[in-house]
Amino acid sequence: MGKEKNEKVYTNPVRCKGCGYCIHACPKEAISVSDHVNAKGYNTIVVDADKCTVCGTCYRVCPDYVFEIR
Amino acid sequence: MRLVAPETVTFTQSGFCPGCGHGLAVRLIAEVMEEMELSEKLLAVVDVACGSLNIDSWRFDTIMAAHGRPIATAVGVKKVRKENPVMAYIGDGAAYSIGMAETMHTAIRNDNVVAIVINNSLYGMTGGQCAPTSLPGQITTSTPKGKDPKKAGMPFRVEQAFTGFDIAYLARGSMADAKGMVQSKKYIKKAFEKHMRGEGFCLVELLSPCPTNLNMTPVKSVERIKNEMIPFFPLGEFKDKKEEE
Repeated sequence: MGKEKNEKVYTNPVRCKGCGYCIHACPKEAISVSDHVNAKGYNTIVVDADKCTVCGTCYRVCPDYVFEIR
Repeated sequence: MRLVAPETVTFTQSGFCPGCGHGLAVRLIAEVMEEMELSEKLLAVVDVACGSLNIDSWRFDTIMAAHGRPIATAVGVKKVRKENPVMAYIGDGAAYSIGMAETMHTAIRNDNVVAIVINNSLYGMTGGQCAPTSLPGQITTSTPKGKDPKKAGMPFRVEQAFTGFDIAYLARGSMADAKGMVQSKKYIKKAFEKHMRGEGFCLVELLSPCPTNLNMTPVKSVERIKNEMIPFFPLGEFKDKKEEE
């Protein structure tokens, strides 16, 4: 676990439905609601790369596959 | 640690409500299928319910069964396609109420199919009515004053009913947090491994949030699973045939 080999969390806000599971689950409180509204009308999320430790929790709890860790 | 959801479920967007547990369960199944290299072979049978929206949003070959009877249909599919993994993807209403006879007789015969049961403690697609898995005092559209266990009975617990049968595998996982998701994936993978070895009926129940019909925010509905559902529906493996032998 932890940051290794320049892995990063990539988000795909088009898929986001604004449920907030990732914000609730993130152990580092690195995810927050953004002002951006996607085509479905949901406020999407934004990841603070400085706080993020790339633990993968957001990927595991997201029901709409917004996150990718690669 | 590379974590990318399989293409079999990300090629399009699903029609589920925000925070729906189906998206989580589907990803777990797709991940297991990708790891076992069975994505091309899986034959899924879905019910007439929210879960049937998956027909358009996953790439697996899918049959839609008569309401409540996906397990019976899956048994038939397995009999003619013995090489393929066959999965019935159903809700708690289909498994424990509408299709109880089919679930029960599949367990009695120990037919070689996998049943993934999504337990959200109510009927989702029809508008949140009281189900056999509803908790005592739970307010639903058909029990506005709360479910009375004296009238409707206590919640149905699959491990109490089915561990007496000679089935291959029975487990319950939670989809309320990342830890539960990792554990649930292990249960699903074990069920499919046993299924591919031909050991018999494998049932994995997943506790799922349903924010829309519980009239809760998505985050509150996962907190409800942790605080209210898990005390009634304990997690873990209840039947693992090979270990007992």
